[in-house]
Amino acid sequence: MSWTGKIGWGLVVVLLLVALWAPYMAPHDIRQQDLTARLQPPSRAHPMGRDEFGRDVFSRVLYGARVSLRVGITVVAICASVGTLIGALAGYYGGWTDRIVSGFLFNAFLAFPGILLALAMIAFLGPGVNNLILALSIIGWVSYARLIRGQVLKVKELEFVQAARAMGASDARILWRHILPNVVQPLIVQATLGVAGAVLAEASLSFLGLGVQEPMPSWGKMLDSGRAYLTTAPHLVLFPGLAIATTVLAFNFAGDGLNEWLHPQRSRST
Amino acid sequence: MDGILGILWRRLVLVIPVVWAVVTFVFLLLHLVPGDPVLAFLGETATPEQVAEMRHRFGLDRPLLEQYLAYWKQIARGDLGVTFVDRRPVAEKILSRYPATLQLAIAAVLVAVLIAVPLGVTAARHQGGIRDALASLVALLGIALPNFALGPLLILLFSVKLGALPPSGFGEPEHLVLPALTLGAALAAILTRLVRASVLEELRHDYVKTARAKGLDDRTVLYRHVLRNGLIPVITIVGLQFGVLLGGAIITERIFNWPGIGTLTIEAIAARDYPLVQGCLLVIALTYLVVNTATDFLYRVLDPRIQVE
Repeated sequence: MSWTGKIGWGLVVVLLLVALWAPYMAPHDIRQQDLTARLQPPSRAHPMGRDEFGRDVFSRVLYGARVSLRVGITVVAICASVGTLIGALAGYYGGWTDRIVSGFLFNAFLAFPGILLALAMIAFLGPGVNNLILALSIIGWVSYARLIRGQVLKVKELEFVQAARAMGASDARILWRHILPNVVQPLIVQATLGVAGAVLAEASLSFLGLGVQEPMPSWGKMLDSGRAYLTTAPHLVLFPGLAIATTVLAFNFAGDGLNEWLHPQRSRST
Repeated sequence: MDGILGILWRRLVLVIPVVWAVVTFVFLLLHLVPGDPVLAFLGETATPEQVAEMRHRFGLDRPLLEQYLAYWKQIARGDLGVTFVDRRPVAEKILSRYPATLQLAIAAVLVAVLIAVPLGVTAARHQGGIRDALASLVALLGIALPNFALGPLLILLFSVKLGALPPSGFGEPEHLVLPALTLGAALAAILTRLVRASVLEELRHDYVKTARAKGLDDRTVLYRHVLRNGLIPVITIVGLQFGVLLGGAIITERIFNWPGIGTLTIEAIAARDYPLVQGCLLVIALTYLVVNTATDFLYRVLDPRIQVE
């Protein structure tokens, strides 16, 4: 794997550990306010400084990883499952199923800019983590379904599938045992890249006040509230911004690295 | 049938069901509100009479199908209803904000193209060298840094530290610089990678060898021949990314207090002014659809090699 891919996976592991162990790693209580020490710059006791309520920014950034990755991974798991099911059925059966799925559903879902669709749903459903996950899943499954449909269309014409069919295997068995294992590689690559997208979408919506709600810390929300103190306490914008950029880069590197590793030929030519 | 009119006709046929889906979705959104949208807007202190009066006024006491048909009739007339807050026409409010968003989006596309084309071409010409690596790094930053992080950082640098550009405002050209840069950065990053890949691909073709064999210098080959073909995919991506740009505009407008449709949407959401939110969403989605269809059409006309499916 390329060095960027290795760095990406290394960072992904670190981020996952931080998300899992944030309660043990955070040096301070994330809700502990100290109004006498508000907006304090980074110091030894508070390496990322304190926010407008005097809360420890470092601890809140660590907890932010928990929220971001929880949303990112849940959304990708839902999208990949639903997308695979719908894409596989459309690709395998073709005909009317495929016409409805790829001719209409894909176009209709792609007619809305993704983030706007999520924003629209949350505007009417109300903010919160669960509605956020629901909205991002509804906009996200299409790209997985398109990928899987394309892969299934290719694989179902191969000889071993024809052989399985000739031997009388059921459709369900052919799909599950013969076709799916052969389309899972690009799915994993897309899912890795998808986490980056979902993390970014969560941060965007939380920034707009439509995602994660207080007192749960979220990088997007921290950035939004830090904007008001840009001149006096730039660390309030800097550290959550860095956290988002690192996470997005890590999953992008990891996904690209995986892709190159799985298809050395294809990636060298592009 | 395969002339320009044929292509146009086939595109339009594909668009009709999508427009239906968009309008239906926006209509149904109002009924997603847990409980009652009128009650959510008026709050718990509202009397039952007030709620009933408002439900009646906005037609929310009628059967769903009747509401749906009425919504279509209204849209067909170009009427987007009236707002909850001050009962003024939604279309009027949107029209007063729409030009600002359009201005921002177009400026962002310009910024992106002006950064990406020279950067991508330089990277391709010096493939594997230090300039190529630098271009990759810039592109990477543009992708990883979301606009809500980039915007405040730009304000910090150009407004607070250097005092060179205003942190917010509207009307003068200098007000447009930071918002356009913020909104265009991600697109610039995507385009840089695309231009680089596209130029590298074109450089391999025989016509480049022919042009060089004729004795043309590198610059002429690059700008007269290679870029002309290499920029076709760029047009498509700009069009397709326009939707992402419109989504990003909501955030960028909020950072710079830009008086566009994005700020209007967020204000409407905060005030639970649902008809206004519906109107904003509909207009943004239809803009996106028009741009996408136009891009696709242009692409097929520009490059006759592409088969119409």
